[in-house]
Amino acid sequence: MSGATAIILTLAIPLIGAALIALCGRWPNLREGVTLVTAVLLFLTVISLVPEVAGGGRPSAKLIEMLPGIPLAFEVEPLGMLFGLVASGLWIVNSIYSIGYMRGNDEANQTRFYVCFALALASTMGIAFAGNMMTLFVFYEALTLSTYPLVTHKGDEAAKQGGRTYLGILLSTSIGLLLLAILWTWQVAGTLDFRPGGILTGKMSDTALAILLFLYVYGVGKAALMPIHRWLPAAMVAPTPVSALLHAVAVVKAGVFTVLKVVVYIFGIDLLRDTGQSEWLMYVAAASLIIASLVAMTKDNLKARLAYSTVSQLGYIVLGAALADSWGIVGGAMHIAMHAMGKITLFFCAGAIYTAAHLTEISDMRGLGRRMPFTFGAFLIGALSIIGLPPFGGLWSKWYLALGALEAHQIALVAVLMISSLLNIAYLLPIPLRAFFAKSAESVSAQAAPQQGIKEAPLPCLIAIGVTALGCLALFFYPTPILQLLEPLVAR
Amino acid sequence: MIAHNLPALQVVLPLIAAPLCLLLRGSNWPWAFATLVSWAAFAISVALLSQVLDSGTISYAMGGWAPPWGIEYRVDTVNAFVLLIVSAIGAVVLPYARVSVGHEIPAERHPAFFTALLLSLTGLLGVTITGDAFNLFVFLEISSLSSYVLIALGRDRRALTASLQYLIMGTIGATFIVIGIGLLYMVTGTLNMADLAARIPAAVDSRTLLAAFAFLTVGTTLKLALFPLHSWLPNAYAYAPSVVTGFLAATATKVSVYILLRFFFSVLGTEYTFERLTLEQLLIPLAAVAVLVCSTVAIYQNDVKRMLAYSSVAQIGYIILGIGFVSTTGLTAAIVHLFNHAVMKGGLFLALGCVMLRVGSVRLDAFAGLGRRMPLTMFAFVLGGLSLIGVPLTVGFISKWYLVQAALEQGAWILAIVILVGSLLAVIYIWRVVEVAYLRPPPADAAPVSEAPLSMLIPTWILIGASIYFGIDTSLTVGIARRAAETLLGVTP
Amino acid sequence: MDIPADIPGLYNYWIVVVLMMVGFYVVISRTNLVKKIVGLNIFQTSVFILYISMGKVKGGTAPILVDHPVTYSNPLPHVLILTAIVVGVATTALGAALIVRIKEAYGTVEEDEIQAMEPDE
Repeated sequence: MSGATAIILTLAIPLIGAALIALCGRWPNLREGVTLVTAVLLFLTVISLVPEVAGGGRPSAKLIEMLPGIPLAFEVEPLGMLFGLVASGLWIVNSIYSIGYMRGNDEANQTRFYVCFALALASTMGIAFAGNMMTLFVFYEALTLSTYPLVTHKGDEAAKQGGRTYLGILLSTSIGLLLLAILWTWQVAGTLDFRPGGILTGKMSDTALAILLFLYVYGVGKAALMPIHRWLPAAMVAPTPVSALLHAVAVVKAGVFTVLKVVVYIFGIDLLRDTGQSEWLMYVAAASLIIASLVAMTKDNLKARLAYSTVSQLGYIVLGAALADSWGIVGGAMHIAMHAMGKITLFFCAGAIYTAAHLTEISDMRGLGRRMPFTFGAFLIGALSIIGLPPFGGLWSKWYLALGALEAHQIALVAVLMISSLLNIAYLLPIPLRAFFAKSAESVSAQAAPQQGIKEAPLPCLIAIGVTALGCLALFFYPTPILQLLEPLVAR
Repeated sequence: MIAHNLPALQVVLPLIAAPLCLLLRGSNWPWAFATLVSWAAFAISVALLSQVLDSGTISYAMGGWAPPWGIEYRVDTVNAFVLLIVSAIGAVVLPYARVSVGHEIPAERHPAFFTALLLSLTGLLGVTITGDAFNLFVFLEISSLSSYVLIALGRDRRALTASLQYLIMGTIGATFIVIGIGLLYMVTGTLNMADLAARIPAAVDSRTLLAAFAFLTVGTTLKLALFPLHSWLPNAYAYAPSVVTGFLAATATKVSVYILLRFFFSVLGTEYTFERLTLEQLLIPLAAVAVLVCSTVAIYQNDVKRMLAYSSVAQIGYIILGIGFVSTTGLTAAIVHLFNHAVMKGGLFLALGCVMLRVGSVRLDAFAGLGRRMPLTMFAFVLGGLSLIGVPLTVGFISKWYLVQAALEQGAWILAIVILVGSLLAVIYIWRVVEVAYLRPPPADAAPVSEAPLSMLIPTWILIGASIYFGIDTSLTVGIARRAAETLLGVTP
Repeated sequence: MDIPADIPGLYNYWIVVVLMMVGFYVVISRTNLVKKIVGLNIFQTSVFILYISMGKVKGGTAPILVDHPVTYSNPLPHVLILTAIVVGVATTALGAALIVRIKEAYGTVEEDEIQAMEPDE
């Protein structure tokens, strides 16, 4: 099928899927089947675009001219292709996991859950394949709105508060800062299209460029740059599959993806490097990186710790963008994939622990590894990938980020990367290690009322965990396809 | 022959229909008759608009008496668009009215109700289409008086005091307008708007003209509820019957904005109004304050109708901001927001009417759990709310886009931020309702509540659907608004 | 502008201004609803006088057609004011009707008493 059709299908499939899921609400097995089929179809459609994009082509589609000169248009390029693959691929795994989790915890409102998931994925596809900033903005807002019911799924007071923080921060930043940035760009450049080399060259003064960059980066609240990161820990009130969606599949990835796209296609790498106006961002990202890691170490709630870990990891990607050189961009883009795979593993494990053992605090998990070896084994793999140790994929993205820092003569930032890896070890590694090797916590043995003790999580969850853990491993051995895909970004 | 007399028919049809409606008995006959008339009026306005877009301004001499001595009906892009808005809202609201009015107003008053509604429609259409200044005042008073009647028919006894307050303030406003018109007549000797426009440049130094300007400013801004002359609006909208609020919120203030546009751009001229007397220095600060203050006040309301009424005052602030920029983009934003606000606010108030029908109250607490019990109604409310916030793919976004564009064009950064902050404030008050409707369980002793009847749901969804459709395909509304803006500014396209 | 000479010459406008302000003041300051409507009437009457007095032509007579040539006052303001008077009457009637209904509903026509009877939102 042609590129244009494929692009439209990537939007249509999840939308139609959402409608079908809503209709099948009364038959849970059928409904879950629809979700899985939709996810697989979406992934296949996305894959069908890869050959053309990898070969240098840019499939595009245009829907309607919303405002004069600003159409709702799509164009697939390497960054978007990567993001689209990550999101659609992980949706399949996440759906499998969700089935196990939602049923294992007997959650209410499951139909609404799956429908909103599908809608969120449709929005994500729109973001990934957007051809201009307006289209991206439209689907960005759609993503915020479609994930709100997911964040407030539980419906209790805590969920409401979490939802308020989530929506409040994301909408304030997108309407107050991002929209302003888009309008200013339109004013100055006369277009909002994504073009290699950017659309702002020679049109703005240096200070204006810096301010515009500030508006964009902080306007994209989903990138969770400190201090607007608060929505991410607040969104932990959601069920774990939603957290996985937020952190790994779609939401934060959409945020940093947008930042990368803006840097590469609105500003242009050369413009930023030549004017040096992204230097402040490097330091802000570095600070966010380190501070979030430090906060993560203080958190005893597993999901909260993982949340701050994500904030820190997103800082890596923003740092890569801010370096405004080839390796930095490549490293940042690769990290979208690597971090997604690693983090989703970690969240899946967190959810499995909650489902099987009803535990949320790390201090209660001592010795649990002996009863849930598979889960904590996968956790270990995910943690090693995030830390960036071989033989797991996370190594490559950190490698290229370090190269990028060197290329930009930012030795201090290389040091920052090193330090943060150490901090990652400090807050991630103890969890599986203590689970395997420490004595069981008092509360756990006291709670072991059913004499069999704690068993592993439901099977679908385990399947999902296994797949993503293997994914971390696979990405170590096969980074080349990703590199080849991203090459045009940095070709001179 | 009909085609030639369309301008006259636009007003005469509902005018004659009104007393006839009073003679009809029962509840269904007056309603059916009024609905048919409103649809006919809508058809006429569509025909007029297409005629104007094709062949330019229509000039119609009432009774064959040639202007400037006779009364002239003059239709150009600006008022053709406003005619369309008013008659479209009327055509959508009247089918809705059957059940809603049946529920909220005693049966013996129904013929009178529909009569008053038709008179209000007549008045609003008349104000829009006429090219004679005093004729404008007459139609303005026709629409106002019938509005006072309509509002007073609300169930709550506070509707009476609200109507009286509106009567007093509205009469003062209209009287100021007529004083202004009288002073204009003194200076130029004519009442025909086109003729006035031709003669005023000769009199720019006259103090009488200045006085006329002042009276017209105060009168029109009172009628369109610009802060701080808006105090009549929240009570009037809150206590009126649902149909009335839906109709008036979408039409009355729009027509008053039209009066401002007509007087200050076409009659007095941009040079006198904005370059010599710098009216924008008054309009812009007041509008900005309206946006911020009224959006904030809306957040604290516990009655959702009142909340939306304050929201309306804030939205009017947006329109006046757009006018205050005195640029093509700014005026385009203002005029397109006339349409956009009409559809989204109309839809929202109609959705509230559905809630009033089924639940009996529109206080915030009454919305608990409605997301599940009245899903279609609440979803309509959510979409309308998203449009108020200005989420892309809704009409609200289009208006905000052009407004901030206009602000940026003039380097007015603070105003751009004010506009965006207004959106954020809207998030807060809309989300208060959304949270209660979707995240709060209904009280245990609540009576079972079903979805609203189709005759009310369909008009609501027509308006909400329009607020989505025209947010995606903007060629029609923005195109007409741009042409209207260029006409007003005297820019040859 | 020659101030001393013009003030007595513009006496009609002074009357208009005085009536307008009196009416307006009554509307704002009186709490009795009936008095408010009366004030509104006075306010509107001042406008009538403005229009009619502006129509007077020096040496002109009532604008009723007669055989021989004569100077007429401007008939147009008279016509306009007939309309405006009707509007004023309708407004007053409507206002009075509303006051009757308010009296039925609240038992009083004093604005402050009515506000006291309605608890604040």
